[in-house]
Amino acid sequence: MLSPSHFSAVMLFSVFVSTVFGITMRDTPPRMLRFGIYCFVLFVAAAIVLSWVMFLIAR
Amino acid sequence: MAATENKNAAAGKGTQDGFVYLPLIAGWLVPGAGHFLLRKWGRGVLLAVSILCMFALGLAMQGRLYSKADDILDMLGLAGDLGSGLLYLVGRAMGLGADSVQLTTADYGTRFIVVAGLLNVIAAVDAHNLRTGRKA
Repeated sequence: MLSPSHFSAVMLFSVFVSTVFGITMRDTPPRMLRFGIYCFVLFVAAAIVLSWVMFLIAR
Repeated sequence: MAATENKNAAAGKGTQDGFVYLPLIAGWLVPGAGHFLLRKWGRGVLLAVSILCMFALGLAMQGRLYSKADDILDMLGLAGDLGSGLLYLVGRAMGLGADSVQLTTADYGTRFIVVAGLLNVIAAVDAHNLRTGRKA
């Protein structure tokens, strides 16, 4: 059974979802790539920020 | 100006030939198939790989394939799973997926499977938009 850490799961999720979002939401390949990277960065950054917020709330 | 409008109208007419919903249905049944039908090979491969990997990783994490809709959350999960098309049907037929979620990882897996279905619906609609000429 595959059991990634929470962060690994977030990274995998972000890669695949950003790929699909980039391809489906933009018209040209350069814009697809840019939007995909933008989505990926936002996913990962949001996960890190929310993790720290929850960590600080739990203390 | 008029020439441009005529050209656009002609292009629109060209994309309306045949069964317009074929890429939508094919894309829903098999991830990426809608784009393959439209000869968008690169996009199709990337979409297929992303959706198949998410679905397979979900199953590898012992995620659950929803089978009945007892409450509203199960209903939404089932709707998401059905978005995977044949992947869901084959998975159910082969008895893949856990019966109940008992580990955190299995919960991630269940979400991966649901999101794979939702992404497949987005990809199928994108193929339909390409087919109708709404998107380049």
